[in-house]
Amino acid sequence: MRVGIEQITDLSRGAAFLGTGGGGDPWLGALMLEQALTEHGPVELIPREHLSPEGIALPVAMMGAPTVLIEKFPSGDEAAAAVRAIERELGARVEAIACAEIGGINATLPLAIAARLGLPVVDGDGMGRAFPQLQMVTFHVHGNPAAPMVMVDEYDNAVLLNARNDDIERLARHVVMAMGGSAVISLYPMTGTRAREAIIPGTVSQAIAIGAALREGRHSSTGSVSAALECLRDSVHYGHACELFAGRIVDLRRETRGGFAVGEVRITGFDDHHATFEVIFQNENLLARDHTGRVRAIVPDLIVIVDAETGEPITTEGLRYGQRVRVLGVSAPPMLLTPAALEVMGPHAFGLDEPYTALEALQSVNT
Amino acid sequence: MDVGGTNTDAVVMRGSNLLGQAKITTSENIGSGVREAISAALADAGVRAGAIDAVMIGTTQFTNALVEGRRLSRVGVMRLAAPAGRGLLPLTGWPRMLAEAVNGDVALARGGYNFDGRAISPLDESEIRTIARRFDAKGLRHIAVTSVFAPVNDDMERRAAEIVAKAIPGASVTAGSTIGRLGLLERENAAIINAALIALAEQVVDAYVSALAALGIDAPLYLSQNDGTLMTADAVRALPVLTFAAGQTNSMRGAAGLTGHRNAIVVDIGGTTTDVGVLRHGIPRESSVAAEVGGIRTNFRMPDVLSFGLGGGSVVVEEGGTLRVGPESVGHELTRRALVFGGDTLTATDVAVASGHAMVGEPRHVAALDRRLVAEANETIHRMIEEAIDRMKTSAEPVPVVLVGGGSILLGRPLAGASGVDTPTAAPVANAIGAASAQAGGEVDRVCAYEPLGREHALAQAREEARQKAIVAGAEPDAVEIVDVDEIPLAYLPGNAVRVRVKAIGPLARIVRGATPCA
Repeated sequence: MRVGIEQITDLSRGAAFLGTGGGGDPWLGALMLEQALTEHGPVELIPREHLSPEGIALPVAMMGAPTVLIEKFPSGDEAAAAVRAIERELGARVEAIACAEIGGINATLPLAIAARLGLPVVDGDGMGRAFPQLQMVTFHVHGNPAAPMVMVDEYDNAVLLNARNDDIERLARHVVMAMGGSAVISLYPMTGTRAREAIIPGTVSQAIAIGAALREGRHSSTGSVSAALECLRDSVHYGHACELFAGRIVDLRRETRGGFAVGEVRITGFDDHHATFEVIFQNENLLARDHTGRVRAIVPDLIVIVDAETGEPITTEGLRYGQRVRVLGVSAPPMLLTPAALEVMGPHAFGLDEPYTALEALQSVNT
Repeated sequence: MDVGGTNTDAVVMRGSNLLGQAKITTSENIGSGVREAISAALADAGVRAGAIDAVMIGTTQFTNALVEGRRLSRVGVMRLAAPAGRGLLPLTGWPRMLAEAVNGDVALARGGYNFDGRAISPLDESEIRTIARRFDAKGLRHIAVTSVFAPVNDDMERRAAEIVAKAIPGASVTAGSTIGRLGLLERENAAIINAALIALAEQVVDAYVSALAALGIDAPLYLSQNDGTLMTADAVRALPVLTFAAGQTNSMRGAAGLTGHRNAIVVDIGGTTTDVGVLRHGIPRESSVAAEVGGIRTNFRMPDVLSFGLGGGSVVVEEGGTLRVGPESVGHELTRRALVFGGDTLTATDVAVASGHAMVGEPRHVAALDRRLVAEANETIHRMIEEAIDRMKTSAEPVPVVLVGGGSILLGRPLAGASGVDTPTAAPVANAIGAASAQAGGEVDRVCAYEPLGREHALAQAREEARQKAIVAGAEPDAVEIVDVDEIPLAYLPGNAVRVRVKAIGPLARIVRGATPCA
């Protein structure tokens, strides 16, 4: 499959959906991709199985404060410097670029980078959604070292981090600050053999399909939301998808704690004003409860808030009192649900007391 | 005055008292239209031209020029960012037609800052001069210069603008930071649009000025900005883009002026659509989502307005047991097609007349309507308005509602969620009244480090700067107040970095001091 300019809108909208409230405004990422594809032509999307056993798949992303990302754009050459540094360090060639995070702006950036480098992109990622920290990836769960990690600024200054996975986020934050608040990063370089196990397959094409369903649903009697849910149910790696609640936002609490946007949003039903629903978020949506206090969906399952009419995904910073919304639940890819994965990106990793229970099980309990 | 696409309204005010008004069809000739409307309003008020202290005009001319892609100049675009910034070049994402009409040349130069004020690279003055000569050779006379993090430090941007202005005789230079706000691409887009409109702004302002001179009005001229404050005519010559969306803003400000409310929801029901906006501290609440104008994303200060298809001309239909009001409308044909006017189409106006709370046309034409249908349609209309009010509120508390527009006759009972509903009688000229009662304002939007100076010090500095900007814009120094302080802590940044937005407004010094006694 090739990704060209025609797919950008679908990809970025689908990535906003999979961002589950986080991952940043995908608009700038979409424009960077538009520029890169205009200059260099479409990008080849390859299944993880097509990686050669010894070739390197290199995940790339932008790291930094959203406020910096909206002012200081990359030079576009940073990733080339990162690839050079990694190849020198490993003594092997980078064969393909990979996405670390399919939710939000980091879904489109790797494609822009691949277009510039003339490399293919692996159809897949390490989260199947968005998460706030560098160790919250399947690459880590599958025992791959994040190191050598390379961080590059607009001067092609490259900083190499050889650190334990548990320490790398903390160290990288210092480097990002010294680089002016944002950097292009590459980490978890993997051989084809390792990548075939550790990458969640098909999520890039899945994001494009979700975006297309949202777009096409708008012009059909099905509606965008039903079309997107249908598309997810048909997918191999998400599977269960349903509408958890529909209503209007009646309360919204938000604060910044420890560098994260933390808060909760309360919604009441359109017709039944006694039916309420609550979503708790920390950058991304983490937990959804109904009026009886029963958990209806919990991380790492995806909780997506969309505009009730258009199906447009709404980020946590875009939530507002009075908005008409639908709350959707989508089961996380099975690779996020193993005991080892849940330890890293399950409820406890976010300080929640509730245990993980699968979305399907939480719905069937309900009358 | 309010110069709209269809109508031009003029009012004569003394303080908050309406002395006279006039409504004429907008003329192709800018100058003669202004003359005609003002002299009609003066005649209506019985006021002589010499007694006028100030003239305020709200216009959609600049917005329309962009949306239609007409009368735009080619622009030389310079961004200070290199080596950063090449990954997303200027004009990316513009509709092709507008990009082609406006793109004269694009240059990325060394310069710009990081969030903490450290330079990305020092400004290379000879590089700026070389680029300026290249623009000059291409015949470009309107230049937009934008620097990374200019809202934190605009030194390089100002220096580059000086160099360009010197190198290209007669050139206009729009610096992105004068349009404010973080978000490089949106700010740059706004600067480019502004540069493309400057030649038109010169013509329009010249036409206004000579129209006033011809009428014998010797008073300063102001134009309405999109945030409900005023700018001087000379400022418009440099920053026409700041007049965008002034129409909706003036309608809301006019509603405030007519009722005295400073915090209220304004519901403007027209023939086809209803606009619902929010007044906070007497100024319209701004939209938090990025504003697109002509398909270009910008960071203009746009009022947060919810528009939907309900008006006096909305068609009422019942299909398969469900009743619907709008969005189809008979529009300006209301007085021909509505039942009460002898027509054959059931409209929202007919429902209001049949329900007994509106007195227009011939009530006997709707006397035979099914009572259940009338009651249900009437309820639907009220519920649509109530739902919109609820959407625009920021809390569950009831708020005062100001009702304007010709379609306001549709409402006949108290509204849920409203503490009261005011319907001012001069509502048809609310836009012009809004322009006349506008204030002068100043705004600061920047990233501050609260360490080492401390939060109080940093905030005090931002407040003072906003106050000074309002005074420069014409506000009475003693009456300037800070109406909005917004602090957004920035995730991931050290030193307690916070994005601070402060807005100050005050009444025009000229009006407060009453330069001329009224005739």
